[in-house]
This record gives sequence, structure tokens and C-alpha cells, in this order.
Amino acid sequence: MTDNRAEKYKKVAYYPGCALEGSGHAYNRSTKEVGKALGLELEDVKNWNCCGAMEVKNVDPKVQTYLSSRVMSQAVNEMGHSVVMAPCNGCYHNLKKAEYDLKNDEASRQVVNRISSKAGHKTYQAGEIETIHALDWIKHGIGEEGLKSRVKRSLKGMKVANYYGCMYTRPRHIFPEKDKGAGTESTSKPHFMDDLLAAAGADNVDFPLKTACCGGAHTLSDSDMSTKLVLNILKAAEASGANVIATECPTCHTGLEMHQIRAEKKFGVKTNVKILYFTQLLGLALGLTPRTVGVHENVSDSFALLKQQGLA
Amino acid sequence: MPIHEKHLIRPENIKSHEKLVLDGIDVSGHWSTFIETRVVKDYNENLEVEIAALPGGENIHRCWQCGSCTNSCTVNAINPDFNPRFWIYLIRLGMEEELLRDKDIIWQCVSCNKCTYACPRDVAPEGVMKATAHWLELKGHTKPSPSTIFDDVFTEQVVATGVIEDGLVLRNFFKRTGQSLNQPWLVEMIKRMMAHLPVAMLMKMGLATLVHPRTGNWGAARDAINEYVAEQDAHHRQALGLESLVEMARQEATKPFQHAAE
Repeated sequence: MTDNRAEKYKKVAYYPGCALEGSGHAYNRSTKEVGKALGLELEDVKNWNCCGAMEVKNVDPKVQTYLSSRVMSQAVNEMGHSVVMAPCNGCYHNLKKAEYDLKNDEASRQVVNRISSKAGHKTYQAGEIETIHALDWIKHGIGEEGLKSRVKRSLKGMKVANYYGCMYTRPRHIFPEKDKGAGTESTSKPHFMDDLLAAAGADNVDFPLKTACCGGAHTLSDSDMSTKLVLNILKAAEASGANVIATECPTCHTGLEMHQIRAEKKFGVKTNVKILYFTQLLGLALGLTPRTVGVHENVSDSFALLKQQGLA
Repeated sequence: MPIHEKHLIRPENIKSHEKLVLDGIDVSGHWSTFIETRVVKDYNENLEVEIAALPGGENIHRCWQCGSCTNSCTVNAINPDFNPRFWIYLIRLGMEEELLRDKDIIWQCVSCNKCTYACPRDVAPEGVMKATAHWLELKGHTKPSPSTIFDDVFTEQVVATGVIEDGLVLRNFFKRTGQSLNQPWLVEMIKRMMAHLPVAMLMKMGLATLVHPRTGNWGAARDAINEYVAEQDAHHRQALGLESLVEMARQEATKPFQHAAE
């Protein structure tokens, strides 16, 4: 990929998605604040809708493709954008999946075309927009060097386990730009979050469960399973020497917070590792206050740790 | 144990006699252990076709039984009975009764997509798990699973308004599954959530429960989606032979009553 991305990502369409308007509000707030601090501009997708999350595909996968395509259609046809940024792994994954299906599957194109025409808007055509994650946005829009030069308070001493979850890298085929060698993201060992937090001074730990599953799809419908899966992640992070887990997905983040408490209340297993969005950590490094990046909106209480590290 | 023997060597198929003498030789206990003959007479020759007719199951025929799916499976690591490779094997052979032994856990797939990532044949086992779980429900072998109920609650809200509000999804899901919201861990979570929140934010959250967000001009999209989903449902029922069963039952029910003597 040629690199005009620093220019291209300066102003992008922003698709927060439902979770960031609800339980993932701290991610929404910190993403916007970090964008402001870095001089990257976000313009909300007009009158957006849900991408289908992890649920609609189980009712019908092509309805999910339509829902995601409509978001892209809004960004292209109503706003003229060529890049849409989604910080939520679920939204990001679904837009990528829709892009893949619309490019490769005639039946998906037909269904999307049919529902779009009946709904009265332009059908999204594959290739009209590039979907990126918040990690791509900062990694290529600013880069590690650019980030380093803007750091006001180093994250040194913060031992971070970088947790990417499932939807950011799997399945491989919907992310054609990944696994393309140096400088590109890896689907088996993702590193963009590690790179950015290291540039902000964090001490990343060697964390083996970067892409393990938190059971997010069944967080309420099969809670004991989710609690077990989350406990694996929390315990592995602690065993790796981390004092905080950095997240990049509201479903993972809420799942970790919720099942950390559930493990304590239901199974009597207590873990102390804190959970913060990577954008919150970056924001703190850029000199923003904990409140500005929404640390008070988290369930996992990181204030004591941040004070101890001189970040609050 | 090779996978084709797995279902033969079940505890109930293994017989041994505590005391047994054959031709003057004492073969009590271990020495008399044998596996009871099992005659398979319940093949459903359409099983693979039926699963393949449901969304996600389309590529099941591509499986060559390498086991990468089970090897990478998140749920298998917690529960060894959760075995996608084995179920795909049974479905392709048409061994419905064997599959039904595991009917209550198949829905537990967490959609982490590790199997689909690992599969060298693009079977998309995650999709096959979803298709199989739906098949079980459509055929009436299981009640709708908590996962299906959650998907329905969620999707109904998306289709109706264009967006979801996560608090409302949670409340509706608990209501429909008959669970109390008053669970110690949930109460504790809300307590901790409120600990640092400013009043303005709490008021906004409270308002969100009264004024639900929605996507503008959504009505036409909603109708188009509903129309399409209804069509798909009819297709699936037809593929599973459920339409003809329903029709047969209807005809039986409407037949004029005839006396045996006539």
C-alpha cells in the first residue's frame, strides 16, 4: 500500500456504533479527545444505524451485510468520504465482512441491492470506501515517531497487556491488507496497539492471550462460559506481570470488567489487574486528564494505579 | 481414539461380567470385556443437505476431517465434549441420533472464529455450528437456546429502530429468559459504575431509557428487512421438509370425520 495515509487519515468519517453510545462511552470520549490532541479530525457518519453486531448474522447473515453496507453508503453518498473509522472491533469487523461479501458474492450483492432500493437510498458498491480501525487511524495517521514527539507524560512503569480479541483479526480473509509483511498488521500476532503504547512509553508485557476470546457473544446468554474465558485472560495478564490490560473493543472491555466482578461474586476468584481502553492510555500520555479520557466512566477503578504512576 | 469409533465405545456399550467362566476358563472382570454390537438403522440421508440449506452451513461438504477446528476451538478447551470436527463427521454420515446426544451444547459456540481461521478447506465451521444449532431448534429437538433468544431480542430492536440501546437489550433479555435483574454481580457492577459518574451523565443514562435513540427515516428499511427475513424463513422450513409436515397435519385436521364402519 502506498503511503499517502498520513494525509488521507487526517479527516475521516467516524462510525462510533451503538456500544460507544452506551456501555463503551469512555472509548467514544477518549477516541475523540485523542483525535483532537493529535490533530486528526473526525466527522460523525450521518444518521447511522447498527452494523448488526454479533447477533443479526445469526438471524440472517445477509441482513447484517445490508446493515453494514448502509453505514458505508451514508459515509460515501451522504458525506463524500473515502475512509470510515470504527473503533469498535464488532463494527470494524462487520464493515470489513460486508466489503468482502459485496466484492465476492453475487447473492449478497442482490440482497443488499434489493433492501437498499426498497429503503430508498443508494446501494453501497464494494470499493467505494476504506474501513479502518482506530489503531490504523493513529498508527498511519500519526505514526510512532509523531506520537513520541507529542508525549507529555510517559507511560513508563505501566505494565500493559495488549488485548486485541477476536474480531480484529479473524477470519483472515476479510482483512486483505493484513499479513503483508513489514509495517502491516499481523493476524496471528497483532502488534499495532503494542507499537502505539510503546511509543507512548509503556512497558508492554509478553502476553500470550492477545487474540483469545472473552466469550463476548455469549456474555449474558452463557455467562459461566464467559466468566471462565475472561478469567483465563485476567489471570494470564497478571501472570505476565501486567498491572493493566489495554483494550480496543467495547464488547471485550465491558466483558472483562463485568466478568471480573462476576468471577469475584459468583466464584470467589479475585483479580486485581485494571482495564483501560488503549485510547485512554494514549490520552493520558498526551497530557489529558483522567476525566477528559473518561476513566471515571470505567467500572474497573484505575485511579489509584494512575496516581501511583504519576498519570493522575 | 479414532473419531469413527468414538460413538461405539461409550460406557453403555462396554460390557464385562464380574463372574464368567467360558469352557472352563475364568474370564471374570476385565477378561470378559467386549463392545456390544451396535446396528445403525437411523441414518438421515438428508442431514448434510438440510444443514447446508441453513445460513453458515453451505460449505460443510468441503470438510476432510483434519481436526483443525476442534484443535483451535475456544469452547473445546473448556468442555472436551464440544467437538465441531466430530459433529461435522456425524452430519456428513447422516447419523442424526448420535448428533442429538450433544444437542444441548452445540449452541455454545462463542463465534470467536478460531476454527474458520484455522480451517484449510474453508468450511467455516463457526457457520456450521450456528446452522446446526438452528437446525436443532427448527426441527424441534431443542427449545430456543439463551443465545437464540438474545439474538432475537437484539435483532428485533435493530430492525425496529435501526440501532440498539444496550441497557434495553439487557433488560429485555433477562425478562424473556425469566431471570431476575437482581443478581449480586450485576448489582455490584452497577454500584462500581456509578461510583465515579457525574450527575449529568447519570441523568443522560436515565433519559436514554425513556427516549430511545433511533435511526431517522428507518421505516422503509425496516419493512424491506422484515419482508426478506420472512421469505428466508419460509425457504429454510421448506429445505428441512417442515412445510410438508405442517401441510400434512393441516389436512389431517381438516379432513371430515369418517366412521370406521363406512
